[in-house]
Amino acid sequence: MAYLDISHLEKSFGVNHVVKDFSLPIEKGEFVSLLGPSGCGKTTVLRMVAGFESPDRGAIRLEGKDMVPLRPNQRNVGMVFQAYALFPNLTVAQNVGFGLRIAGVDSAESKARVAQMLDLIGLPMAEYGDRYPFQLSGGQQQRVALARALAPRPRVLLLDEPLSALDAKVRVRLRGEIREIQRQLGITTIFVTHDQEEALSISDRVVVMNAGIADQVGTPFEIYNRPATPFVASFVGTLTPFEARVLDPATGTVTSGGLTLNLGRPLPSQAGATVPIALRPEAVQLGRASGREIVLPATAHSVEFMGSVIRVRAEAAGQTFLLDTFNRPDSPPPQPGEPVEISFSGRDVIVIGA
Amino acid sequence: MTRVLAWAALIFGMLYFLLPLVGMTEFSLSMRRGVYSLDAYGSVLSDPRFWETFGYSVAMAVATIVFGVLLVVPTAYWVRLKLPWIRPYIEFVTLLPLVIPAIVIVFGYIRLYNTSSWLPLTGTPMGTNLLLMFGYATLALPYMYRAVDTGLRTLDVGTLTEAAQSLGAGWGTILFRVILPNVLVAVLSGAFLTFAIVIGEFTMAALLDRPAFGPFMQILGANRAYEPAALAVIAFAITWACMGLIQLVTRLQKHTRAGA
Ligand SMILES: Nc1ncnc2c1ncn2[C@@H]1O[C@H](COP(=O)(O)OP(=O)(O)OP(=O)(O)O)[C@@H](O)[C@H]1O
Ligand SMILES: [Mg+2]
Repeated sequence: MAYLDISHLEKSFGVNHVVKDFSLPIEKGEFVSLLGPSGCGKTTVLRMVAGFESPDRGAIRLEGKDMVPLRPNQRNVGMVFQAYALFPNLTVAQNVGFGLRIAGVDSAESKARVAQMLDLIGLPMAEYGDRYPFQLSGGQQQRVALARALAPRPRVLLLDEPLSALDAKVRVRLRGEIREIQRQLGITTIFVTHDQEEALSISDRVVVMNAGIADQVGTPFEIYNRPATPFVASFVGTLTPFEARVLDPATGTVTSGGLTLNLGRPLPSQAGATVPIALRPEAVQLGRASGREIVLPATAHSVEFMGSVIRVRAEAAGQTFLLDTFNRPDSPPPQPGEPVEISFSGRDVIVIGA
Repeated sequence: MTRVLAWAALIFGMLYFLLPLVGMTEFSLSMRRGVYSLDAYGSVLSDPRFWETFGYSVAMAVATIVFGVLLVVPTAYWVRLKLPWIRPYIEFVTLLPLVIPAIVIVFGYIRLYNTSSWLPLTGTPMGTNLLLMFGYATLALPYMYRAVDTGLRTLDVGTLTEAAQSLGAGWGTILFRVILPNVLVAVLSGAFLTFAIVIGEFTMAALLDRPAFGPFMQILGANRAYEPAALAVIAFAITWACMGLIQLVTRLQKHTRAGA
């Protein structure tokens, strides 16, 4: 059995069915993200693990022991909140030592542990230990909150959108640091976010949630390249969806908008069935390229300059295609209305749910 | 034009408040004919009953504050945390003592807890003291509750509670190590107001026949000329000292931005 085993959780608030048959086994030391739009129940799942909400049905087992009957203060689960939630009347060192003091750790040991944790988060004791929370920046406060949650050696670490209140630069740096610290300590972690880039970049596995249901659980690579449902496909990353009809499931041949595509892999559907397929913008290329057997004449519609890449919306074969092309100073992007050629390979076509 | 009016209003207000004070102080200093002296104060301060009653009232005030804090802080905290919808009702209840005269409350007490009742609190001095303390706590409730509730409003009570719980804290730890220290300024301002109320309270102490400072002031007032004025100035000074202390603790708190 998994280290932390969440199985068949159900939760309703009145008539609002918020979490539906949610199961997620997590291995020791794993970093799992819950990703989904606002209101899909991410926080509710996390709060049930922490003990702040009790599930209507289902079990949460940690090392084989059911946690549902335990109160939050008996679970030994660390939590980091979006709003930092540092104790305003305590110094940084006292905040970090709070859990140790409650656990009855003697003061010499607690002092050493606090100093160690503050080193870990890069806010050394000597300089920051005696400050009060209001004397720290948001990023520093969130680091202290992380140290505070980690100090009593919790068995699981829960983070609920810990970076949402921070500005973009700090957010990216701190997420890397969180992941680094998590690896160093080997602590089992659940991270809630609605930012897909955040989830994909730091997680071992990502759970994409939609209206209380775990639509897909998988590595960032699987989630991005093999979305299991149309929702996952549309929520994670950008893509152009198409409808296709299966011609030959054994060879993976389909037809869409008059084009015959060979996906190069067998399909689990019957011949004649309709399947949703999609293309990522980075799978489509401006101009011809070797290995991209499908070449279409197209018209550029709009051009969006995003820095390292340029996103072009082009129309070909009665369909709209999104495509990304790297920005090169010596080759300016096409003008809107300009005729272009686009190319892609059948092997890069994503079949949603297969 | 508006400037002038504003100043006029201000000066009128100041005169309205200050003149009686000045007059009273002046009178309290005039015991000796023709010169100002502190004779009236000397006479008051050398009266053993002054010290007895003052000591009694201070002790009652401290007891009331401790009781009030233990009653109000957990209540206000719990209401904010778990029963936010009940807040308007609680507020209404805490305002009742402002509307119901103390004399009504104390008659109610006497009816309920007299020597032939189910709980004869008025039968013993200690029981009566306890009853008086409950009465004082009731009188101070509007101020105490409001002060604490305002203090709690500046905190994210729910998240702080959850943060403490996830670190292993039980309710006692949360209340005394997280909530109370963070509303300490509010609690202290409530405490000083309570102190001022208890020191000057007359009705309840008199009807319950306890040797408090209020009834002493009244007795002195009925029998002497200059001493009551001196006593009033002293009582006034105590009240103002309380106000000053509220300001002071607000300044001294080191973990808030305002104090730093
Ligand atoms: N205590 C509660 N009482 C009633 N409804 C609640 C409660 N907590 C959450 N909900 C509802 O449950 C649903 C899921 O809420 P939840 O907080 O889990 O969403 P979320 O995925 O964390 O969203 P966000 O990204 O906005 O934080 C929402 O519709 C919310 O209104
Ligand atoms: Mg949430």
